[in-house]
Amino acid sequence: MFFYIIRRLVSVVVMLFIISMTTFLVFFASPVDPASLTCAKNCTPQVIEGNRKLLGFDKPITVQYANFVKGLFVARDFPDDPEQKARAPQTIFTCEAPCLGYSQRQAKSVTEIIKDGLPITASIALGAFILWITSGVFLGIIAALNRGRWIDRLLVGISLVGYSLPSFFIGQLLLVFVAIKWQLWPIPNFVPPSEGLGLWAQSIMLPSVTLAAIFGASYVRLTRAYMLETMAEDYIRTARAKGVKESVVVRRHGLRAALTPIVTAAGLDLGGLLGGAIISEQVFSFRGLGWTSIQAITNTDLPVIVAVVVVASFFIVVANLVVDVLYGVIDPRVRMS
Amino acid sequence: MTNAPGQVEPPSGPSGVGAAVAEVDTTVDSAAVDGAVAIKGRSPWEIVRRRLRQDRVTMVAFGASVFFVVLAAIAPLLAKVGILNPDQTHPELVQGLGSMPEGFMGGVSASHWLGVEPGTGRDLLSRIITGMTTSLTVALLATIFSVVVGTIIGIISGFAGGRIDWLLSRFMDLVLSFPSTLMLLSLQAVLVDRIASLMGQPSSAPPPKIAFMVLVLGFFGFPFFARIIRGQVLSLREREFVEAARSLGARRGRIYFKELLPHLWAPLLVYTTLVLPANISAEAALGFLGVGLNPPTASLGAILNDTVAYALPDPAYFFFPGVTVFLLVLSFNLLGDGLRDALDPKAGRQ
Repeated sequence: MFFYIIRRLVSVVVMLFIISMTTFLVFFASPVDPASLTCAKNCTPQVIEGNRKLLGFDKPITVQYANFVKGLFVARDFPDDPEQKARAPQTIFTCEAPCLGYSQRQAKSVTEIIKDGLPITASIALGAFILWITSGVFLGIIAALNRGRWIDRLLVGISLVGYSLPSFFIGQLLLVFVAIKWQLWPIPNFVPPSEGLGLWAQSIMLPSVTLAAIFGASYVRLTRAYMLETMAEDYIRTARAKGVKESVVVRRHGLRAALTPIVTAAGLDLGGLLGGAIISEQVFSFRGLGWTSIQAITNTDLPVIVAVVVVASFFIVVANLVVDVLYGVIDPRVRMS
Repeated sequence: MTNAPGQVEPPSGPSGVGAAVAEVDTTVDSAAVDGAVAIKGRSPWEIVRRRLRQDRVTMVAFGASVFFVVLAAIAPLLAKVGILNPDQTHPELVQGLGSMPEGFMGGVSASHWLGVEPGTGRDLLSRIITGMTTSLTVALLATIFSVVVGTIIGIISGFAGGRIDWLLSRFMDLVLSFPSTLMLLSLQAVLVDRIASLMGQPSSAPPPKIAFMVLVLGFFGFPFFARIIRGQVLSLREREFVEAARSLGARRGRIYFKELLPHLWAPLLVYTTLVLPANISAEAALGFLGVGLNPPTASLGAILNDTVAYALPDPAYFFFPGVTVFLLVLSFNLLGDGLRDALDPKAGRQ
């Protein structure tokens, strides 16, 4: 088990290395001159050259990447010019480690920008996760235990509708009708959890519901299918034959086995969410990572784009690792080798 | 969106969707003289067709999907003969406050079934149908791209094994580790201009953007197909007919496409039907975010982007395009589900 985790950790580091390098190459070594993308309307040759030097695009791509990796551990200067630093230190921006780059658009370190957005995205993602897991799994079990009856058909039908409804549509409905027109819920405006958990939960409720709807729907179907499969197993019949109470059969024998693949899927989906609950954030104007990335794209703020992609990939890869390790803990039939 | 959460695998796993095995039907033949039970063998195709025909929901979904596709296909023609008028403005219909359409439900009338667009008074139904043409084209081309690349890589990976399989599998892991929605958004910054110059068009014109969306949506979708195909090929390559083809000296290309491919149509068909709606929503979502096709081009995403501002003053204008996307996605999803059930040899009707 221990060696398995070590080996997986190593592979995660290798994966992150390759991902960050690929992202870097795609955005900074493409045939389009990255410096010319930094200033949209007010581009003059001087501005382009200035930004090229400021952001280090004048150096070979390998050096740029090495500097990026170095910046994760030690502070970096923008522009990286010791002579200018000695001459006029106030013109140099020092980006503290871990430094993900410098956004000249916002005159801020990219790490700061990510740090501002992450708690908001994480809050929405967490809220959505709790909503979709509890409702999805619970309703899925009910559907499976009532297979073929009207309640099963109703739940399967609802989940199909939820699964096919575009999430921007749900979000816009919630915002415009539930919050603005009928005023059934206060208009969401992010409140950090430090200012009260109740207020925090209230503020993220509608964006989380928007995000959770589509996942919840697919988890009803997923849970139902796994439950049906498990409840048809021989050991369930054995347990019943032994005279075990039906509720215990369902919980201890059925659900436990059915939960394993659901945990796997849920972990991976949660990891993917941190890359941006983009639509939900856009609908409710929450300034999370998704919103940040949209802003960065409309302003072609390349350092921010690269950082958001790398951070999002980081969460996906880590979620993969956690799920693999958890798998062995939850399901005793799986042995690590 | 893209949410792209269509990524949850069906519980039976990729291997669950195989060609239906021939089954033996043991209905009593009433014509049998001495009450003997007539046993009739059915080909896999017959079984699938029979199952599908008994499944009313799937048949309705099939009908709706065909209807949408045909409508989208003939829309340019309808626009040419003047049945659809997506670009004709009707200032006389939007004289209300703030150029809002007058009348019930955003100006619904006999000549404008879904009302008119606020501001310009263009016919909403015409706009939605012509928009569907663009959106379905993008979704369909992206899906085809995923299927073709995914099938080729899946077959090679599964059949070749060893180092090639390892490399291709790690490559797929890498692609799947990227946040696909985010990439779809952000790659525009560096790719659209490039594609435009390759196509010799200005980067603001729709074709480069369409090409970009097809390529990127298709690229991030291919590992799903490749993994499923690889799994199938892993078990197929041990079968006797492959052994036979090999010992007869068949070349790799022949084994891939003439021997293996015909066994893969079932999962390909099912997953194509399930990925297509995901791509439709992706296009719509991008449009909604304002980073998809731009409003002068009629696409569902572009229309949706325009409706956002009107959700409160003109709810009908907001509802109709959104509901269209919903119905499109729903019918393809239902069709895909039905096909999966019909093609799954393990499926007892659930």
